[in-house]
Amino acid sequence: MNQTVSGPILTSDGIPLKVSLKKAERINKIRAFLLVLPLLAFILITFLIPIGDMLARSIDDRQINTVFPKTFEVYKKWDRQDLPSEEVYKTMFFELKDSEGYSVGKASTRMNYSKSGWKSLLKKSKRKFKKIEEGPYKEKMIATDKRWGDPEYWKALGQMVDPTTMGYYLNAVDLKYDSNKNVVQQKENRRIYNKTWIKTFKVSILVTFFCLLLGYPISYLLATLPMKYSNLLMICVLLPFWTSLLVRTVAWMVMLQQKGVFNNLMVMAGLIADENRWQLMYNQTAVIIVMTQILLPFMVLPLYSVMKTISPTYMRAALNLGASPIHAFYKIYMPNSIPGVSAGCLLVFIIAIGYYITPELVGGKDGQMVGNWIAYHLKTTLNWGLCAALGAILLAVMTVLYWAYNKIVGIENIKLG
Amino acid sequence: MALPSYATTGQKIGYYSFLTYCSLVFFFLIAPIFIILPLSFSASPFFEFTREFMNLEPEAWSLRWYRQMVGISSIGDTTVVTDKWMLGTRNSFFIGIIATLLATALGTVAALGLSRPHMPFKPVLMAILISPMIVPLIITAAGMFFFYSKIGLTHTYLGLILAHTALGTPFVVITVTATLTGFDTNLIRASQSLGADTMRTFFKVIMPLILPGVISGGLFAFITSFDEVVVVMFVGSVEQITIPKQMWAGLRQETSPVILCMATCLVALSIALLTTVEMLRRRSERLRGIKQR
Repeated sequence: MNQTVSGPILTSDGIPLKVSLKKAERINKIRAFLLVLPLLAFILITFLIPIGDMLARSIDDRQINTVFPKTFEVYKKWDRQDLPSEEVYKTMFFELKDSEGYSVGKASTRMNYSKSGWKSLLKKSKRKFKKIEEGPYKEKMIATDKRWGDPEYWKALGQMVDPTTMGYYLNAVDLKYDSNKNVVQQKENRRIYNKTWIKTFKVSILVTFFCLLLGYPISYLLATLPMKYSNLLMICVLLPFWTSLLVRTVAWMVMLQQKGVFNNLMVMAGLIADENRWQLMYNQTAVIIVMTQILLPFMVLPLYSVMKTISPTYMRAALNLGASPIHAFYKIYMPNSIPGVSAGCLLVFIIAIGYYITPELVGGKDGQMVGNWIAYHLKTTLNWGLCAALGAILLAVMTVLYWAYNKIVGIENIKLG
Repeated sequence: MALPSYATTGQKIGYYSFLTYCSLVFFFLIAPIFIILPLSFSASPFFEFTREFMNLEPEAWSLRWYRQMVGISSIGDTTVVTDKWMLGTRNSFFIGIIATLLATALGTVAALGLSRPHMPFKPVLMAILISPMIVPLIITAAGMFFFYSKIGLTHTYLGLILAHTALGTPFVVITVTATLTGFDTNLIRASQSLGADTMRTFFKVIMPLILPGVISGGLFAFITSFDEVVVVMFVGSVEQITIPKQMWAGLRQETSPVILCMATCLVALSIALLTTVEMLRRRSERLRGIKQR
């Protein structure tokens, strides 16, 4: 026993106990990590890398440099004052003439974002250049189309010299580069994204507010009713949660359209005339109504689980001490339920802000949110840079909210019924 | 919460208006789902309650849209067979079941690791593993569309299955981790000290106890895949029809009442799944000795 007093405690192998325990701990850590590893790797490959790839696309501007690489080399020497030199024209001429139609198409789309007109100019010129045999190229190119003699077109190319660009992010908030690479506002009629961002936040805040307004009382009822009744009513909350999103959207179309259930009832009750039925579908109101119903369970579940832990004796004590029911509720119950309120509101807001399906189906023109613009650029305009930039901004907002949610509620406490 | 006998008139009014408000909210939650059930038996080609339908006239009620859903429809005397809905059903089940199996296996193992007391970086890992549930679907779809087309996974069933597996795993991780709280680790030690190896311990001791969580997580993963349309639209090809994709197409192009029939079937499915999950949850709580208040 003298050993233990003089030196560190040893195991039977003669290794200090501390070291041995640490080793065992490390093995346990590695074992635990190895269990998580397959899923982590899976999520990384199938989910996180694709999203990273999309983010990279939002600043990527190499597309055009691969089609006109030599032109950009000589272009860099140009002083950007008057027209470029004969050399720039000559390289441009040959690179355009020898290029493949497909890659020119892609590059010209990108060039058109900087200055509209480039696309038609390249298309027309590629055809006409076949007839030109020898120089001077500058004069002959200007002769085929006078836009080649417009310095504005050449200056617009300056935005694309670098392999990366912030241009798409600027576009996503209604700004752009002018030909001297200064940040300026978009033209009045092309400013659509700031409005969309504001609308997205407005709709999400309203939906969160309405969910709280509808969700708080029923959560209170569910938490205070005896179990056998509340279980039955809980089904009403959980069934929409389990029902297909599209089914619920269809159901709302049946309810809200001009000849729908709601308008029919109003006409039958004589509250509105048959010819001026309310336009409840295909506008922002529809988006808010439908999203409130769809997201309500996400508000009720966290609220309910917090309210369940508030002991009814608190309220009884307050009433006993002479508080009026309203005063007792306001001073005792509400502060205790705040964790549930913040969890529910954050969750609903996080889900609402990235919504796409419902606004697309019931939103009409004025109910479109950011998600719809992302989809529009992804499949219709094919402006993938802008699509990725809008997505990246949305993702950044989400990440902040998600982080806040994780801090306040803890992601592992998320409730699924 | 009941009203005491000495309640004043004001309190009574307050209490009953509160109950009325709550019933209206429950009605708002549940009514739209049930309104489509009768309408799917209407003969009208529009989504509306006609007067004849309301008066229960036999001609106004019909199973024609159900017949069309299963692939038989008659225009005049000729019978046209369109099996898009049945094809969609097959695809949805095929993708959903494989994705569910994968997600359940990966998610359960990861949840076991996450619940160990020695797990390093647990909050960060948890946040990463749950993220597919939180990131908006349209962003996930865009990212997958770009990346999967690079590696040739777009327009393949493999691509769709992998995507849906990724979307389903968070649910399995959450439910299984929840089941594992309060799991008595001494049971594992007991099993090992009695000579069982790791696999035997897992299947004979751990698995029976966490099974309710595993199954409900799996059902969540299944319904996620079964209901998912955005990723299918961007990653899948035109021919890769699933039920939600066909419904989407139906809503955007030809608003056909067949959608209502399919919606009715889906509501029935969700009621079945909900009942199963609720029963499992109660069983699990009973097994783990958590009392219901």
